[in-house]
This record gives sequence, structure tokens and C-alpha cells, in this order.
Amino acid sequence: MTNIDPHQVKERFRDGKVAVAGLGGLGSNIAVMLARSGVGKLLLTDFDRVEESNLNRQYYDRSHLGMLKTDALKTQINKINPSVDVETCAAKVTEENVREIFKNYSIVCEAFDDPKYKAILVNALLDGQRKIIAASGMAGFGSANKIKTKHTFKDMYICGDSEPAAPGGSFMAPRVAVCAGHQANMVLRLLLNIEEE
Amino acid sequence: MYVNGRLKTIKDKMPLNELLLQEGHDIERVAVEKNGKIVPRSSFGTEMLSDDDRIEIVCFVGGG
Repeated sequence: MTNIDPHQVKERFRDGKVAVAGLGGLGSNIAVMLARSGVGKLLLTDFDRVEESNLNRQYYDRSHLGMLKTDALKTQINKINPSVDVETCAAKVTEENVREIFKNYSIVCEAFDDPKYKAILVNALLDGQRKIIAASGMAGFGSANKIKTKHTFKDMYICGDSEPAAPGGSFMAPRVAVCAGHQANMVLRLLLNIEEE
Repeated sequence: MYVNGRLKTIKDKMPLNELLLQEGHDIERVAVEKNGKIVPRSSFGTEMLSDDDRIEIVCFVGGG
């Protein structure tokens, strides 16, 4: 599999359809990495707007302040790789709408902030029809080497160090981007059918 | 029974939510796989565990 023909790689990525749930520090970086890799179709979901406090780690700039994250990120991706077909959804994901929102996507990156919503997404979407690449633990100033990709469930990978943030703890660009890189890398591997550790 | 790869001995069958409580998990933050199959959250109270089960519990921490 490591000797896979580069043309075939390009084709598999172009045929790829990937959803990104949550467009904060993880999701905005994941989506941009997938766009740069030439993944053909992306669904971007987030109900929030870009705030100044997001700019220390999320893929936005000052011109996006106040915009919906879905719109701002779509603009960024169009500037990087206009051939990516970007679908957006600015609804808040709930137990009621989650299956409908992601029904056309067999690979979903979980990039929410709130652990309750992480659990809602994972529990609703792990139906044997899709793979989820989730995140748990990327706060603080620990070694970047602590952040790992684990094949935890049959259809779910979890990236992170599993450590909760300390009270008032911070999320910094490098560790968050390391975790996002793990998630995006796992997506590319899945698109090439590489599932081993 | 194995819980996240650790051996745990139980005498009688027990419901999954009791195990989650024993292990100190917040039910709202977890996802559970039993013998390679996801257990729906609505079944946490009725899903009975026995000594030959393999349970994987994921408890999410915040941040994204």
C-alpha cells in the first residue's frame, strides 16, 4: 500500500467525501489540510461565528470576525483549492438532527469542543455505515508526542492525549494543530483503505 | 470481563450503567463498545454484562 500509484492516490482523494463536525481549532485546520490534499467534497458544520479569541489557533483572520465559521472557512478553502466542492451547514447539531445532517458522509471528523456533543455525535453516527475520527485531549503545554491516533472502536479512531484541560487551561495553536493533523492524516489513510495501526 | 483491556471479575451479570458508575464515568460523555459492537445510549440501563464480555469505554474530554 505504501507503493500506491500517485495518480491513483489523487483519484481516491478527489472521490473522497468527508464531513467535519465543528470548525474550531481542530475542524478549521482539518478542513484546510483535506482541501490542500485534494479531497473532492467536504461538509463543514458549525453554528458559531468567528470571534477574536479564536484567532490564536483557528484558521481564520481578522477579516472574518463576526462571520459564520462555515462561510469564513468556505472562503478560505476556495482561495486555497477552488476545485473542492464545499457544502456547509450552520445548524447546531442535536440528537434529533445529527443523522440527517451527516447521512451522505461515510467519513466524519468529530471536532466539537463540548464532550457531551462529542458523545452525541459518536453514539448517533456509529451505525456500522461509517468511520468516525474523533478527538479527545489536546490542551496545555505537554509534549506533542503524547498526542496519538488510537483505533479504539471498530469504526472509530480517537486522536489526542485523553487528558482533560486544567481549570482555566489553554488550547494553543501547535498542540491543537498536531491533533488536527492526526485526524486529517487518518482521513487520508482511510481514503486509501489503510486501516492498520 | 475485560474493560479497556483490563481484567475485571464480576460474580453476577450487571447492567452497563452500573459498570459506568463503578468506573466513575459521566454517562453523558461516554461511548461504549461491547464485543466490537456499539451499545446505544438508550440501552445503557438494560444492556447486561457477563464475565466473558469485552468492553471498551471512551470518555471524552473537552476541547476542539
